Amino acid sequence: MKKMQLSYKYINLMITVVLFFALFAAGSVLYNGFFSTQVLLNMLIDNAFLIITAIGMTFVLIIGGIDISVGSVIALVCMLSAYLLEIQHLSAIIVIPLMLLMGFLFGLVQGSFIHFFTIQPFIVTLAGMFLARGLCYVISIDTIMITNPFYQFVATYRIPLPFGNFISISVIIALVLVLAALYLSNYTKFGRAVYAIGGNAQSAMLMGLPVGRTKVLVYGLSGFCSALSGVVFSFYMLSGYGLHAMGLEMDAIASAVIGGTPLTGGVGFVTGTLFGVLIQGVIQTLIMFQGTLSSWWTKIAVAFLLCLFIVLQRIVVFRKERTKSIS
Amino acid sequence: MMEKIQSIWNRFTSSRLCWPLAALFFVLLFNFFFTKDFFTIEMKDGHFYGVTIDVLNRAAPLMLLAIGMTLVIATKGIDISVGSMIAISGAVAASLIGGKLEYVDGVKTLVTLVPMPVAIFTALLVTTLLGMWNGLLISKVGIQPIVATLILLVAGRGIAQLITQGQIITVYYKPFQFIGTGYIFGLPFSLFIVGLVFGITFYAVRKTALGMFIESIGINAVASRFAGINVSKYIFSAYAFSGLCAGLAGLIICSNVSSADGNNAGLFIELDAILAVSLGGNSLDGGRFSLVGSLIGALVIQSITTTIYALGVPPEITLVVKSVVVIVICLLQSANFRKIVFSKWAQKRGIPGEKNAAKL
Amino acid sequence: MDDAYFLLKAKGICKAFPGVKALNNVEFELKPGEIHCLMGENGAGKSTLIKVLTGVDPLDAGDIFLDGKAIAPKSPHHAQQLGISTVYQEVNLCANLSVAENIFIGREPLRFGSIDWKEMNRRSQELLAKLSLGIDVTQPLERYSVAIQQMVAIARALDISAKVLILDEPTSSLDAQEVEKLFGLMRKLKKQGLGIIFVTHFIEQVYAVSDKITILRNGELVGSYETVNLPRVQLIAKMIGKAFDGFESSCKTLKLDILQESRNNFLRVRGLGHKGSIHPFDLDISKGEVLGLVGLLGSGRTEVARTIFGIDKADSGEIAIEGQTVTIQNPADAIQHGLAYCSENRKTEGIIENLSVRENIILALQAKVGWMKYIPKKRQDEISKKYIELLNIKTAGPEQLIKNLSGGNQQKVILARWLLTEPKLLILDEPTRGIDVGAKVEIQKLILSLAETGMSVVFISSELDESVRCSSRMAVLRDRVKIAEISGDEMEEKYIMQTIAGV
Repeated sequence: MKKMQLSYKYINLMITVVLFFALFAAGSVLYNGFFSTQVLLNMLIDNAFLIITAIGMTFVLIIGGIDISVGSVIALVCMLSAYLLEIQHLSAIIVIPLMLLMGFLFGLVQGSFIHFFTIQPFIVTLAGMFLARGLCYVISIDTIMITNPFYQFVATYRIPLPFGNFISISVIIALVLVLAALYLSNYTKFGRAVYAIGGNAQSAMLMGLPVGRTKVLVYGLSGFCSALSGVVFSFYMLSGYGLHAMGLEMDAIASAVIGGTPLTGGVGFVTGTLFGVLIQGVIQTLIMFQGTLSSWWTKIAVAFLLCLFIVLQRIVVFRKERTKSIS
Repeated sequence: MMEKIQSIWNRFTSSRLCWPLAALFFVLLFNFFFTKDFFTIEMKDGHFYGVTIDVLNRAAPLMLLAIGMTLVIATKGIDISVGSMIAISGAVAASLIGGKLEYVDGVKTLVTLVPMPVAIFTALLVTTLLGMWNGLLISKVGIQPIVATLILLVAGRGIAQLITQGQIITVYYKPFQFIGTGYIFGLPFSLFIVGLVFGITFYAVRKTALGMFIESIGINAVASRFAGINVSKYIFSAYAFSGLCAGLAGLIICSNVSSADGNNAGLFIELDAILAVSLGGNSLDGGRFSLVGSLIGALVIQSITTTIYALGVPPEITLVVKSVVVIVICLLQSANFRKIVFSKWAQKRGIPGEKNAAKL
Repeated sequence: MDDAYFLLKAKGICKAFPGVKALNNVEFELKPGEIHCLMGENGAGKSTLIKVLTGVDPLDAGDIFLDGKAIAPKSPHHAQQLGISTVYQEVNLCANLSVAENIFIGREPLRFGSIDWKEMNRRSQELLAKLSLGIDVTQPLERYSVAIQQMVAIARALDISAKVLILDEPTSSLDAQEVEKLFGLMRKLKKQGLGIIFVTHFIEQVYAVSDKITILRNGELVGSYETVNLPRVQLIAKMIGKAFDGFESSCKTLKLDILQESRNNFLRVRGLGHKGSIHPFDLDISKGEVLGLVGLLGSGRTEVARTIFGIDKADSGEIAIEGQTVTIQNPADAIQHGLAYCSENRKTEGIIENLSVRENIILALQAKVGWMKYIPKKRQDEISKKYIELLNIKTAGPEQLIKNLSGGNQQKVILARWLLTEPKLLILDEPTRGIDVGAKVEIQKLILSLAETGMSVVFISSELDESVRCSSRMAVLRDRVKIAEISGDEMEEKYIMQTIAGV
């Protein structure tokens, strides 16, 4: 009994991990060539940008907020980098830090509105979403291709791994970020303050935690992650376009939720989010291998999973309440 | 003197419809000066034509959504799946009506697969059922509204594409186009739909106890249940109703462009609908609500869009303007913001009494 | 130690809110090693004084001295750093974090710049051991009872070198055992030289633990007294500002009348139970009877009420009303059958805070008749005005939002809501908790006069003397089981307490 109580928080995480491997195993049994390290690595390559965004989102969700501007920020970063690189002929060394800074500031401003003027996060980031998307079109209505040699290099370079496998530079960036996020959430004052505020903001304030600063910084972090994701996305797409990363915010939220981070705040796992993204990757790959199913089945499958996990979370909470009332 | 201004100001700002009306007023004022012929209305072929009529016509789907969304938000919920439901509604109607050109006895005739009323009824039934699904998850299973409707938001477009087999279905059947483009008494038909839905809803919430129950649930669901209100029934109904409104809006949009596009029909319109409700002076925390406010909010959004078109600015810029509007409105609604600005202003004037008043 | 030495001294404290003078020239002195009770009715200024001392609200005039030095706390956190820590009734910790984190968050031990979990857990264990609390500090706080959460809060406060500890109604949600444990801790801390300010509504507790009492009334200082030199009656008289009226005797006569009439059975409950909250129980309630439910907190008093009222759907047993078996699935059903339930949690389960007094009053009646049959506005106005007058509700008018009323008046609005449905059985769960003495007496009188008109009342209260005064019969609960019924001469405090304790 005690053991089960211990792990109620991790149930979702465990199911996600198990499900991921089960799906992968199923694919391996069903389709030739599915069972290979490279298929696994391709999931990382194709979803590196989503991992990065979803990690920023995880922090926002833990603190009890939401950030729906991330997809648009990615689009804006792609568009602005393309513009600066191709039209203004700036160097990548200037453009990339500039983009990251911009994303961070964008998040900080959103966070400040949320905290200082107590406007709902949903509304503020909705405005941010409109703004970033709109700014894309202010820069250009058409696609701008990126021909910058550095970007071309990063986009095509494959880091060789043993047994003929390879990964992209973006994957390295994403994995480094995952590790950094793990450290940040578990071993820093900032990380723990995020959990505390998500659990009970009022108490956190009375305990002397810097609630405002932490809140604003979390949105800054999410903005930074989106910008980084935008940079990675521009490596992936090699273009800037106003419709890039449409609806990505929902994918990011879905990844976090599937990975065991509820939208109620106070709980969340960086590792879970990673697997949340990978599960979506497995589904995409399965559908790709299956061949006859259309791409929209991915959406339906992800929604089904989302539904499953949300109901599951609800049941866990329900049981928790039940055991509490007994004891 | 100061006090008199203060009291008038207070009475004005405490009115529920003050900010939405002010917003609409400013948008219209701007158009009065900068947009040519904004307020001109002409009669052509027995129809009224003009920019204002156009704004009303185009705002119709948004107004419908806003009506449903207002009730949902008043119960302390949110429905982010309405855009997807619009796509589904259009897809169902269009694929049922189909509309092939066939030669019957040598005459070119449009043939519908099923009679139009049946198709419309089915589309509305489907979205209402989807709304009920949302309602079920929220009221019975107890899932947060934003999460529960997120499921349908993600799945909805997939389902819509499933129905249309990934194609954009064009509807050639003329009577169907009447819904979105027809005129009655010189006014767009869609306005009558909005009027009817609004009338019924307004009557239901203000002339029965429904409105009070919904507000009560939105403020404190537990206490409402203890007072004998069947909370889950009302929450369930609110989402079902929102689904119905989305279905109607979907039909209008589908009929307007004579086609169903699973990918793009009603894309992001859920955000506009939420924005309309919020612009209408309704708190997203639920409780007290104003349907009229939401309609005004929807009109403000459409006026801005139309204004931008009329000014010849690239329409995509609308997004930027919208974001600025959202921020301005939210700042004005934010008590904290008013407090900060007001106390600064009072400090500058050196009115100590006001400073304290603002602190409240 | 010098007698004139004060750990905390507040002089000439004034604080005004628009329209209200919350504190007027109030003095307060606390010695080290003293448990000092702060008493007063609601609105007397207790909470304002605490807010001023802990930096929640700035003061308008006056000085605060801690250890002889003038201080000006700017925020609760600042006050804590200065040495004034507060533990509230609702524990202000983060339940989702571990016990150790709750003690150390914001000042975690670091090792090479990152949090040293081992060290943190070790130190927490030590700290709690000092308070004789041996719990697993790595578990989330939400796993533990409110009493333990409060002690964790105290542990945190102590570790931040508290000199003054303010306990703001910490005992409201604790049972007798937990209260005793908390008192033990308070006495221990007192010996260590800490000054403790203790705010409570329970008069028994004041006498059980405190050394000194300071009484406030209407924002003014009434006086400070040694606890041993202040009899209870005088304390109450000073709090409400008048001599105690002969309430007790008037109640006694009323009760006798009721007893003679209460023979007709109204409600018959057989084997009703809800798994995990209350074991199956039998209960009979007659017309015009006030049935007291007594027992410790958590003994199942509230659960009995919730199960009868359909909030927790019963999974066994049956209810018969006036001889007819009925099914009660939810509160709405219960209301249809003439029941009414006034919850103990006024804020979360009673008032609809952003609705007006009028709407709050008619809500249950409207729910009873259904949403289609809207009560006309004019009728609503008449009804609410009538009840405002009848129950002496202090409000600017029926359109005032209920959240702007004081606790006692909110309670009366909720009472009005239920009376309006003309219930045959009214269940009152702690109707007098957290409201001032004056309103308490009014509500007690109301209960008795309602019973006189033939209404059955189930009365739940943790104040035994109140239960004895108001009830004509009592059901005793222990550990979620109904263990006894007491009536007649047995209804005196000592015997009841023995029954509750199971001696």
